Amino acid sequence: MKTDDLVKMLSANVEAVEYREPQRMILISAGLGAVVALSAVILLLGIRMDLSELGPWMFVLVKSVFAGAIIGVSLANLTRVARPGGERRVSIALGLLPFGGALLVATASLAIAPLSDWKAMIIGEYWLLCLVCIPLNAIVPFAAMIWAMRQLAPTNLTLAGAMAGRAAGGISAFAYALHCTDDSFPFIALWYSLTIALCAVLGGVVGRPLLRW
Amino acid sequence: MDTIEGELKGLMMASLGGDEGAYRNVLGRLSGYLRGYYKARLAARSAADVEDLVQETLLALHVRRHTYDPDQPFTPWVYAIARYKLIDYLRRTRASVKNVPLDAVQEIAAHDDHVASESTLDLNQLLERLTPKVRDAIRYVKLDGLTVAEAAARGGMSESAVKVNVHRGMKTLSALIARGRRS
Repeated sequence: MKTDDLVKMLSANVEAVEYREPQRMILISAGLGAVVALSAVILLLGIRMDLSELGPWMFVLVKSVFAGAIIGVSLANLTRVARPGGERRVSIALGLLPFGGALLVATASLAIAPLSDWKAMIIGEYWLLCLVCIPLNAIVPFAAMIWAMRQLAPTNLTLAGAMAGRAAGGISAFAYALHCTDDSFPFIALWYSLTIALCAVLGGVVGRPLLRW
Repeated sequence: MDTIEGELKGLMMASLGGDEGAYRNVLGRLSGYLRGYYKARLAARSAADVEDLVQETLLALHVRRHTYDPDQPFTPWVYAIARYKLIDYLRRTRASVKNVPLDAVQEIAAHDDHVASESTLDLNQLLERLTPKVRDAIRYVKLDGLTVAEAAARGGMSESAVKVNVHRGMKTLSALIARGRRS
């Protein structure tokens, strides 16, 4: 085939395109994933029973804010890496900000707590459930965002996979916060961060084979 | 460089709005730049191999043109696609990718090469691998130059079906070419 013929073919009757499409697709896929993840927590694990009190409410809010920050930063970065060359516009500092913030608050809360409480504050009660549920429940949001990314053009596939994994981990953590009764800042800083980071690593590993174009 | 960027970006913006002439113009110019870019980096390969890669890149760029963000300059977008396709090509041909220099973005427009060869791709063979409806839609709209309305009448499809089939078909062609040389 001659390249001139290909050019003629490509340009023949070319349709106008919507360049805000990438943001839209990523947001829609993340939203659909969030609906599935929230439904799974509500239906399978159940919302925590003690929400008539203020303390538990506050911790649901804290966990949601943390997960929400992760989601926000990850989606912003995901929209960037969705476009060719966009990996150069990803901000690592911004990516680490929610983790740094959580770590800071956790350290402060340990500093004012007696040493004998530290173990309970850090390890919590249901760390294993957290460690298993968040990555598992991130699968559907991850798949949805990978589907969106496959229609786009990431040129750093590992980073794109990691960003999708991280966003999915954030969405899943957001949903899990409705069930989670481990109410301490160190627990959130350790186990939520760890599981979300795990999702990012797994996403990065499968990014290349899934996103190749 | 700035004038090239300005011209190409202007043409691309018109293309994204559906301007056929501007799009043919910008793709024609990009094929020259891509050919120059790949020839300089694949000196050991045949001209037909280079042309294959030029065409694969043009097709990929076409089906993913909605990922161009008008708030950003245009040549780095093309460069990122060209480089991605170069590395992908080297990987699947089992060559080392360690030696691909991360050149400056301007490199994409450094050589304008209009000595075109024929690629090894056979459009008719590729079209045979599409479903009949999709193949017809592409033939009518992209090869015979019918309008969408005319193609709809000839193919007995609705206009939106024609558009969807063309869109889907171009994506499939792009994937077939990329995958074809991967296996």
